[in-house]
Amino acid sequence: MGGAHVLDPYHPGGSVLHRLPAQCKIVATFGYVVCVVLTPITAGWAFGAHLAVVGGLCALARLPPGLVLRRLAVELPFVAFAVALPFVVPGERTEVLGVALSRPGLEQAFGLVARATLGLMTVIVLAATTPARELLVGLERLRMPPVIVAVASFMIRYAGIVIDQMGRMSVARRSRAHEPRSLLATRALAASLGTLFIRSYERGERVHLAMLARGYTGALPGALPGPAPRRAQWGAALCLVILGAAIAVLGRRLDLGAPA
Amino acid sequence: MHIPDGFVDAPTSAAFGAVAVAGVGYAVKRAGDEASDQVVPLAGLCAAFVFAAQMLNFPVAMGTSGHLLGGVLAAVLVGPWLGAIAIAVVLGVQSLFADGGLTALGLNITNMALVGALGGYALFALVLRLLPARAPSVAAASAVAALITVPLAAGAFVIEFALGGTVDLPLGGVVGAMLGVHVLIGIGEAVITAATVSLVMSTRPDLVYGARDLLDARRLEIRPPAAAVPTGHGGGTGAAAGGLEPTATSVTGRRAASGSEA
Amino acid sequence: MIEVEGLAFAYPDGRQVLFGVDLAIARGERVAVLGPNGAGKTTLMLHLNGILTPGAGSVRVDGVPVTAPNMRDVRRRVGLVFQDPDDQLFMPTVGQDVAFGPANLGVRGADLAERVREALAAVGLDEFADRAPHHLSLGERRRAAVATVLAMRPDVLVLDEPSANLDPAGRRELAEVLTGLDLTLLMVTHDLPYALQLCPRSVILDGGVIAVDGATVDLLADEALLAAHRLELPFGFDPRYSIAKSTGLMP
Repeated sequence: MGGAHVLDPYHPGGSVLHRLPAQCKIVATFGYVVCVVLTPITAGWAFGAHLAVVGGLCALARLPPGLVLRRLAVELPFVAFAVALPFVVPGERTEVLGVALSRPGLEQAFGLVARATLGLMTVIVLAATTPARELLVGLERLRMPPVIVAVASFMIRYAGIVIDQMGRMSVARRSRAHEPRSLLATRALAASLGTLFIRSYERGERVHLAMLARGYTGALPGALPGPAPRRAQWGAALCLVILGAAIAVLGRRLDLGAPA
Repeated sequence: MHIPDGFVDAPTSAAFGAVAVAGVGYAVKRAGDEASDQVVPLAGLCAAFVFAAQMLNFPVAMGTSGHLLGGVLAAVLVGPWLGAIAIAVVLGVQSLFADGGLTALGLNITNMALVGALGGYALFALVLRLLPARAPSVAAASAVAALITVPLAAGAFVIEFALGGTVDLPLGGVVGAMLGVHVLIGIGEAVITAATVSLVMSTRPDLVYGARDLLDARRLEIRPPAAAVPTGHGGGTGAAAGGLEPTATSVTGRRAASGSEA
Repeated sequence: MIEVEGLAFAYPDGRQVLFGVDLAIARGERVAVLGPNGAGKTTLMLHLNGILTPGAGSVRVDGVPVTAPNMRDVRRRVGLVFQDPDDQLFMPTVGQDVAFGPANLGVRGADLAERVREALAAVGLDEFADRAPHHLSLGERRRAAVATVLAMRPDVLVLDEPSANLDPAGRRELAEVLTGLDLTLLMVTHDLPYALQLCPRSVILDGGVIAVDGATVDLLADEALLAAHRLELPFGFDPRYSIAKSTGLMP
């Protein structure tokens, strides 16, 4: 279960980042995450620099640290996997607190967690400073095919309604003393899912009818025209990517001798 | 199953990004050929349904739980093309909402939308052909397809890992662990998929894409207006002529189902 | 304005719902379609602008047959307001949703913005263009749904259960909006007082055919007739008294 922010991760505010057009933010976020992924895991200081940059973005957006930490929790299962690496990766062993651990395993676990965390934090900043509908407009401006944008728009519009229905059905099940414990209990779960699907599909049909009734022929309306981003705003987005790239390149240069 | 950023190296991620774009692009084209103006609302609602369904956890074994992946379920219910689009969009929105890596989106779409929904549907169609052409076969075939597709999607992940994994794990161990866990998840997925499909088959069989060949058309009946004018008010059920009742009740059933959410 | 002749229809799953409906509605009339659940009221409504294609019989709007070549024209003339506003408000903001219909008719730019403003003003939601539909109350969403159709400047407005689940204030606000519109109005409902308040004429659809057609006040006063079609007035409601009381207020 992901919690309430799964559907509406926007955190209202008036910061510089909130005001930046969505398409600039999407490009900057994607570019920066690519730079993080390209940074070699042996360059520990470079990840420190990345953390400073992304932490700076969080501060610029005035995001409460608690919110960022809570949202980072989605990677916990993955961290559990990374913790196991020093024990199972073959290679030179080293003593840590009396336990023999694999040195490459430790490095790789660090790299894995560092990259995943930084990537996640960057996207958290994007999602928390951009309302979902502006993200969609941004994607459309970036030439994402309109069909995909429209399907995503419908999904965001209706997922809340479907989840509410699911919640009501779950209350109805539990109020009749249904306690799911084993695989056998999945029958009731599947019955709910089946009903949920029929309702979702029928709503899809009704929405389709409502669209037809207003002259829809399959051509999708584009986003309402808005102001184009100013050059300075694209410049700010580009600066972030260049900064990330500089850290990644320096990381590579300075660690040429070290094992990759 | 949501691969985060940095687990698989950049060139491999980019290559699978291209695979995902090509695959989803093809699905959009095929879905448009089948139901051009319905693609958006139906795939959108299907995506909302999968998004909600993925929040349900089911117990796997030894205290762990998994959630539904929904690839085969979506594909059997709305067809492989709409199903694949729906799963891909769910993954895309999740990655923008900070669940699953942005740079790993191509990998995740390849595993869950292309292998999970398109591959899963191909398996379903194959199994269905081997079974007798009766309604229960649809649920059985979807169970078998779900059972096999989940480890298959895990297998796709193992291939990506072998090509560009950033961790030096012995491949044999990864294969063993991934397949072991996903065979268990596959059992849960198969049970839920089959039960859900059979429930839909029993109430709205016309909605099940995978069963569309099993349905037939019927003829219309014209009634004189007098048939419905009440001759008295005995009985009190409102259906004046006995012959009306089957139609009236089945219609009431459907209206009640769709009306209760209003 | 609307002529329905011998209309019969079955859904793809085989359920036949309409069994030969005949109905004629003149320009400017306000008509309520009453009937029990499952009588085919919504199905009939979906035929009026060609969403469903008749299995037998025909539908004409202002003399134009509702068939594929005239569909765009018919859909502009006949506006449908669905029962669940969540089905109708599918765009991210109310303004974008109201713009959807006229944009499909080819309206663009400043004209489109003016249509949106005008339609939202007509339902008393002037300030709501940038709001997301799920942040509105049900009454506001239903009025927004009416605005999405008004923006297409229709000749006929068809509403499915407009008062369903509304609180008394929402119900009254919607009635005020509807009585202020100069359109032909067709309203599918079980809410008999609402029918009486808004529509001088009513028809009862039962078993897939028009069983009764007459003045709303006469229909509602005939208890035996209502009972035979599973229709009931709220406890203590007297249609003749209500009409007499409101004649001074309502034209």
